[in-house]
Amino acid sequence: MEFNLLTDIVEYCKREGKDLAEAMLDYEMANKHLTREQVYAGLKRVLFVMEDSVEQGLTQQVITPSGMLQNWAKQVYHARVEALGASLKKATARAIAVGEVNACMGKIAAAPTAGSAGIMPAVLVTMMEEHAIPRDKILNALLVAAAVGLIFAKNSSFAGSEAGCMGETGSAAAMAAASITYLLGGTNEQILEAVGFALKASMGLVCDPVAGLVEEPCTTRNAIGVANAFVSAQLALAGIKSLIPADEVIFATKEVGDLMSPRLKESGQGGLANTKTGREIQKRVFKTSD
Amino acid sequence: MSEHPSIFDILGPIMIGPSSSHTAGASRIGLIARQLLRDEPIKAIITLYNSFAKTHKGHGTDKAIIGGILGFGPDDERIRDSLELARKAGLTWEFRFVGDFVKFHSNTARVHLYGKNGGEIEVVGASLGGGRIKIQEMAGFAVDFTAQIHTIVIIAEDIPGSIQKISGAIAEQGVNIANMYVSRNDKLANMIIEVDQNVEPYTLEKIESFSWVRFVRLVEPMLEGSSRYDK
Repeated sequence: MEFNLLTDIVEYCKREGKDLAEAMLDYEMANKHLTREQVYAGLKRVLFVMEDSVEQGLTQQVITPSGMLQNWAKQVYHARVEALGASLKKATARAIAVGEVNACMGKIAAAPTAGSAGIMPAVLVTMMEEHAIPRDKILNALLVAAAVGLIFAKNSSFAGSEAGCMGETGSAAAMAAASITYLLGGTNEQILEAVGFALKASMGLVCDPVAGLVEEPCTTRNAIGVANAFVSAQLALAGIKSLIPADEVIFATKEVGDLMSPRLKESGQGGLANTKTGREIQKRVFKTSD
Repeated sequence: MSEHPSIFDILGPIMIGPSSSHTAGASRIGLIARQLLRDEPIKAIITLYNSFAKTHKGHGTDKAIIGGILGFGPDDERIRDSLELARKAGLTWEFRFVGDFVKFHSNTARVHLYGKNGGEIEVVGASLGGGRIKIQEMAGFAVDFTAQIHTIVIIAEDIPGSIQKISGAIAEQGVNIANMYVSRNDKLANMIIEVDQNVEPYTLEKIESFSWVRFVRLVEPMLEGSSRYDK
């Protein structure tokens, strides 16, 4: 069973009278010779790790060895000032929580990468809380996210060294936008629109982590990826069309990734990594390095 | 990623951070070395190459590889404290660094293990990203396997009929051989046999009982769940 485009999956849904989650369930069962129960058991494990990583970042002491991140998630979660309500504040904190846990060698579920692992958990936990969505439905939202990730991996790249942060937090935001749209009853077409919006907002985002560590700016880019996902889903759910279809946007991310200088793709040579302060931090972190 | 990636390649791996290549993949290389040693490791000499050599520090690559050598899977939270746990377990280790070695993939590690009962193995593995790895060298043989499915690793005298006898012993158990690779040096042959399901100990014992077989090991897949590798 093979899907090469998002529209292939939508076509399959039409033909079989299924939704995107069911299509991905069929895909996984057919290609990996798994039962429905085995796939859901795997999804439950992923969701559990996601929720746990959010919880850890919000409750435990998390100071990264480099000292760059220091309990930011808790600071955001308990901030008195709310830029746009408690929901956005908490969603922001949750994304940072996972980033901090990851940087401190905690357990996370890459989604799709470790560097972008905060977006999906922040979005799903927030959806459960804000919309009282049952866990079973959340597992289906993971399948919908996987549909987007699958096509993105085929036609573009998750690797920061190939597609920059666009391939990491960009694809994660697109996956999360699809999940939100699905959970709020969006049609398959609307889910694809949401993907298009999220990726267009991430087009050309470089991978320039300071000292090569998955901390600055990765962690805050995860938080902003969450906002991207909600805004993109909001647009799609209102019936706004992306104009450029999602599959074409994915091809564009591939083209843009190829055109980006290697200096801006996880090489530590450009962007924030190459700023005066970025270099100073690098020197400090690796002062005893070999 | 394979032609039909799993949804768990996208929503996963479940792993100890911060990096799927520098942490998760690194731990898997250590864990495979341990499985190939099949002995309690007491000494490890680890050489990190290229990007691994330059950026290991911020990514816990050392802790990840040592954790793997201790038998911890990529999602085992003990990786964080693996250096301390290794000291307690009586494992000594040494890291060496080779900054630029173009022959190797950018994230490559050579793991040389010595066991309590005299076992010794040298393994070279590359971390490909997303937690996936490739073993490229083992006991002096050039190999190429990813340990995504059960893999039987054999070194035997290069005699006629050996492949047939080994595949016969595997088929007897009703196990399907997915792929088989053979390489040779002066007198010995190395066989890498990937199979679709788990292999019972008696199958390995049967292969080991052939007088011309020198070395038999089973490497288990370990993209998810680590507890069962913690032996």
